[in-house]
Amino acid sequence: MKVVLENLTKIFPSRNKKSNEEVVAVNNFSFEIPDGKLVGLLGPSGCGKSTTLYMICGLQKLSGGKIYFGEDDVTDLPPEHRGVGLVFQNYALYPHMTVKQNILYPLQNLKGADKLSKEEMLSRTEEVARLVQIDGLLDRKPSEMSGGQQQRVAIARALVKMPRVLLLDEPLSNLDARLRLQTREEIRRIQKETGITTVFVTHDQEEAMSISDIIVVMKKGIIQQIDEPQKVYDDPANLFVAKFLGTPPINVFEGEVKEGMLFLGDDPVMRVSSVADQPVWVGIRPEGFILDENGPLHCSLEGVEVMGRDVSVVSEHAASQNPVVRSIISAESHIDTASPVIRYSLKPNKVFLFHKETEERLL
Amino acid sequence: MVESKQQWKAWLYLSPAIVLLLIFTVWPIINTVRMAFLNGYSGLAAVGGESFSFGIDNFKKVIEYKRFITCLKNTCVLCFVTVPLSTILALLVSVALNSIKPFQKVLQTIFFLPYVTNSIAIGMVFAAMFNIVGSAFGTPNQIIVTAGIVNNVIEFFGGTAVNWINSGSTHLANMTVMIIYIVWNALPFKILILLGGMQSINKQYYDAARVDGSTRRRIFARITVPLLSPMIAYVVITGFIGGFKEYTSIVGIFGADMGPAGAKGSMNTMVGFIYDALSSNSQGRASAAALILFGIILIATLINLWVSKKRVHY
Repeated sequence: MKVVLENLTKIFPSRNKKSNEEVVAVNNFSFEIPDGKLVGLLGPSGCGKSTTLYMICGLQKLSGGKIYFGEDDVTDLPPEHRGVGLVFQNYALYPHMTVKQNILYPLQNLKGADKLSKEEMLSRTEEVARLVQIDGLLDRKPSEMSGGQQQRVAIARALVKMPRVLLLDEPLSNLDARLRLQTREEIRRIQKETGITTVFVTHDQEEAMSISDIIVVMKKGIIQQIDEPQKVYDDPANLFVAKFLGTPPINVFEGEVKEGMLFLGDDPVMRVSSVADQPVWVGIRPEGFILDENGPLHCSLEGVEVMGRDVSVVSEHAASQNPVVRSIISAESHIDTASPVIRYSLKPNKVFLFHKETEERLL
Repeated sequence: MVESKQQWKAWLYLSPAIVLLLIFTVWPIINTVRMAFLNGYSGLAAVGGESFSFGIDNFKKVIEYKRFITCLKNTCVLCFVTVPLSTILALLVSVALNSIKPFQKVLQTIFFLPYVTNSIAIGMVFAAMFNIVGSAFGTPNQIIVTAGIVNNVIEFFGGTAVNWINSGSTHLANMTVMIIYIVWNALPFKILILLGGMQSINKQYYDAARVDGSTRRRIFARITVPLLSPMIAYVVITGFIGGFKEYTSIVGIFGADMGPAGAKGSMNTMVGFIYDALSSNSQGRASAAALILFGIILIATLINLWVSKKRVHY
């Protein structure tokens, strides 16, 4: 089921009666989610990603715009008639019911032609429990389970009524680091197996990159970029997206283009023929640095962090906007740690230029 | 050494409370048991130097009293009708209050007013509302001043006036008035507890239930009530304990006669029986009745706890 969002807008009225400031949580959000894809809504907290999810779900009313599931306009439908499954951030499992009762609950609510017999309900419950691998825990109460298991129950409860769209609100934020890795693979597997169009919300770029088919990067209610994870990383639309994605984060420099040459401070680092002369922001991915004795970029060496396969070189540069310049170099390369200066040349495809005012991508 | 010194200090600090408790709580309880098992004990006679034999005569006497059976019956009827009724009503009112936004605070205050009002005062107002001044049931020549607000309303809707609490009124009518009064009086506390409980339920459960396609009624039965069950249990248990001790409400409406004129004592309760025994200087009988009441409350509470163990989700 494809999901079409058309000019989605959500305005929250001001809480303070004196000032009439409205909060535009989601601003003119248009996007088509292709059938059967896993889409990650990514952004810092307060960017409107959860609001978008709740609007798709129907728990939040729209201030403007339309939502279509396939060809159906569901904009004015209440959540129970949309056929969505929602997994809450803290799961919201009914604490007084067993796992089985929790999963059965949505089925027992079905009415009219959809009504199921007891046997059908039980077999559906067992089927979905097997899918999320909790079939041995059906008689437990949520409080008797670990966070990861509760998460699976929440997914099972959302899936059991065979929703047209599955929505996950920060599905991994309540899990510890190891469980998070495991569970995100699990979510990916379940999504692939069921083929349900899935939207999930996260502020963790790694999480979004690792399992999404498509990433939507948001900032202050406005879409910044929509693309496949690798493309968003390789080809950021603006400085915000470039800064938000990647660990370690991108190195940002204040630079200037003069007569087709890019200067970082006094270092002429790269020829950029297609950009007119102007001051710019320069973003360089940590893997965009090449150790080069005769390289144009001079940095003062601070230290080397060994990470096994790679080493991370920490240095400083006057034009850098980050406290330190962090580059990632293959562990084989020789670094003279005694030398006060380290020199780099740059990989052109890892260097991005952004407009100084608009922060839009120039190159 | 240091430890024992501190313990000594601890006892010192506790002593005012312990002394008061020993004098005014523990000793009276022991004394009640003692008096209950001394045949025919009377404080006045005891002061006069009479001695009493040990036995269960007091209990026998209490149970043989016809009045005692009336009191027991009245107490049980009031308890088993008003507690479930007020709990259910309080639950419905709290759900309604919880689901409205405008006027919530105002309505909350209105519903809470009976709680801060003196129950004798409320009783007198109720008595006035149900009272017939003059006589509707006497000779036609007697002037009827008013049939009471309640009867006015009944007559307005085409019914006939009922003699609620005046001379010659039926026991059923008396009971009805008492039940309405007690339920109304018990509502505010229950609403307060249940509404508080309801507001502390995580809203996400309701969001989840809505996405799961639950109807309002189902959400109430399958989510709200189970999640509220600890509060409901609390309200029911304290309600029963309070119900078995019902006394002032009867005084409020019928006065110290505990019944309509001409049927004195017909609305009496267990606690009323104990007071009567005391005022006739039969402390032994009063103590026995008090112990019986204690036993009944204990059993009722144990049953309540046993049921709630199975039904309450903590």
